[in-house]
Amino acid sequence: MNQTSNTAAVGKAPTGIPGLDSVARGGLPLGRTTMISGTAGSGKTIFGAQFLLGGIEAGNEPGVLVTCEERPVDLRQNLAGFGWNVADLEARGLLGIVDLSPEPTEQMTAGTFDLEGLLTRITAMVRRLGATRLVIDSLGAMFSQFRESGLVRWELFRIAAALREEGVTTLLTVERDAEYGEVSRYGVEEFVTDNVIVLRNVLEWENRRRTVEILKMRGVEHQKGEFPFTIRPQDGITVIPLASARLTQQSSDTRATSGNSRLDEMCSGGFFRDSVVLVSGATGTGKTLMANEFIAGGLRAGERCLFFGFEESQEQIFRNARGWGIDLETKANEGLSHVTCAYPETMGLEDHLVAMKEHIEAFRPERLVVDSVSALERVATPRAFREFIIALSAFIKERRIMGLYTAATPTLMGGSSVTEAHISTMTDTIILLRYVEADSAVHRALTILKMRGCAHDKDIRRFTVDGSGMHIGDPFRGVEGILEGRPVHVTTGGEGEANP
Amino acid sequence: MQHYVLRLFVAGHSARSERAIANLREICENDLGGHYELTVVDVLERPAVAEQEKVAATPTLIKVLPEPIRRIIGDLSDRDQVLVGLDLEVH
Repeated sequence: MNQTSNTAAVGKAPTGIPGLDSVARGGLPLGRTTMISGTAGSGKTIFGAQFLLGGIEAGNEPGVLVTCEERPVDLRQNLAGFGWNVADLEARGLLGIVDLSPEPTEQMTAGTFDLEGLLTRITAMVRRLGATRLVIDSLGAMFSQFRESGLVRWELFRIAAALREEGVTTLLTVERDAEYGEVSRYGVEEFVTDNVIVLRNVLEWENRRRTVEILKMRGVEHQKGEFPFTIRPQDGITVIPLASARLTQQSSDTRATSGNSRLDEMCSGGFFRDSVVLVSGATGTGKTLMANEFIAGGLRAGERCLFFGFEESQEQIFRNARGWGIDLETKANEGLSHVTCAYPETMGLEDHLVAMKEHIEAFRPERLVVDSVSALERVATPRAFREFIIALSAFIKERRIMGLYTAATPTLMGGSSVTEAHISTMTDTIILLRYVEADSAVHRALTILKMRGCAHDKDIRRFTVDGSGMHIGDPFRGVEGILEGRPVHVTTGGEGEANP
Repeated sequence: MQHYVLRLFVAGHSARSERAIANLREICENDLGGHYELTVVDVLERPAVAEQEKVAATPTLIKVLPEPIRRIIGDLSDRDQVLVGLDLEVH
């Protein structure tokens, strides 16, 4: 009957993993056991460590790590790579390690046994530290130490039940053989049926794609489906929650200049303040120029501007801008604008996204340019690229930043770009730049294909480029098929411009 | 006869613990001819010792001496296995 009190019945323990808590709607079920399943190298150990550190950082909640595979000395060293000082946390009583790593001594079995010794060690450590979080990493390594898997399974069931009595939120990591199929190798999910999270590490188009999926979380709301994540050496796992970001989009009626007064007129007053504009065109049509004018317009209005370049170096970008009478370099030195360049191939798209978010958070721009998004498309699958655009657009809109993306079309004369098809629904305004062959010469054409939420000029207009920037002129008359790249001259009778 | 140093880890006074202690004492008297030192550790009372010795399964018998160190887990009801573990001949 009362759904809100139902969901409130199970509290959540925030994981401390950026992005995951929004997917899990707050964190892991408090006082319950959650199983993390994944293939080798999928990030289970880091996930567990981050969960423990999350508790320590957020509320000084001590945690206990039962390590069944890595020796504590190796663990301390590996996690130091992520900037975590495990030994210091142990000394301060915030982290306890129960060492169940394999012993070099020979072991044999002579009769029935239980794992009371392990349970006692865990509960003793939990009580000594007053721990609220526990990670057992991993069940597979534990199983491999005892031949009697049926017995181990039963003992684990008992341990999970006992830990629930202790009130700790428990995370069990478990191996699986394939990215899709059986949840775990040991059939242990039968008794930890409440909460299962799957980490995947799939090779797609020569790119590693890591995702996290909450397979089930009993009695508590969570988001369905796979969400991409990245593991970076400096801070571990960051999850990119797409759907949740989309929900919080606002819309604004406030206008801001495009940087070109004629274009502002065509848009009936400029771009919307929290909108994303896509500028699409073949190479050399003037996309980067339009991006520069967009930045220059912002700088004239005293706005902070951020330029992400994925095609050219910073020096080239400054030089291009100077050629159009825009002094980006001085503004950058004054701290009003910032140009950051990266080669798309240097890392995965998820890593680019996280790095870009960091730049945005650090610089706090009011407008930003990505030149070009199609360069980033080269290094990702269509799905990963789409997710990237959604996540980036949602992120900048949340911060009420005006964004302009450029995208290159593959053919010189018209034609739509792959990028356009993938991201057109996620952008508010689309501007097309085209080459037009007319009167035995190549002209440039510009049109606003769409602009969400307002009336706009629908003409296809000529424009020229010189040392003072972009000059938008009159509409083409008597020419059709410009957007498709096949201009055909038609005579409409009366409209003077069509040539015989 | 070699001198044996043995440590038996049990969890409380369960039937399994008692069985392990009785089985081990019988083997010590009959097969080790009294040349042994046996310490019984209750992990419930001394979890820190269990942590130090990395005892997970109970009962666990650790043969400290003679070398090599060896672990025999279970209630020691499989007498032949225990004798093998203690490097004694099985009759």
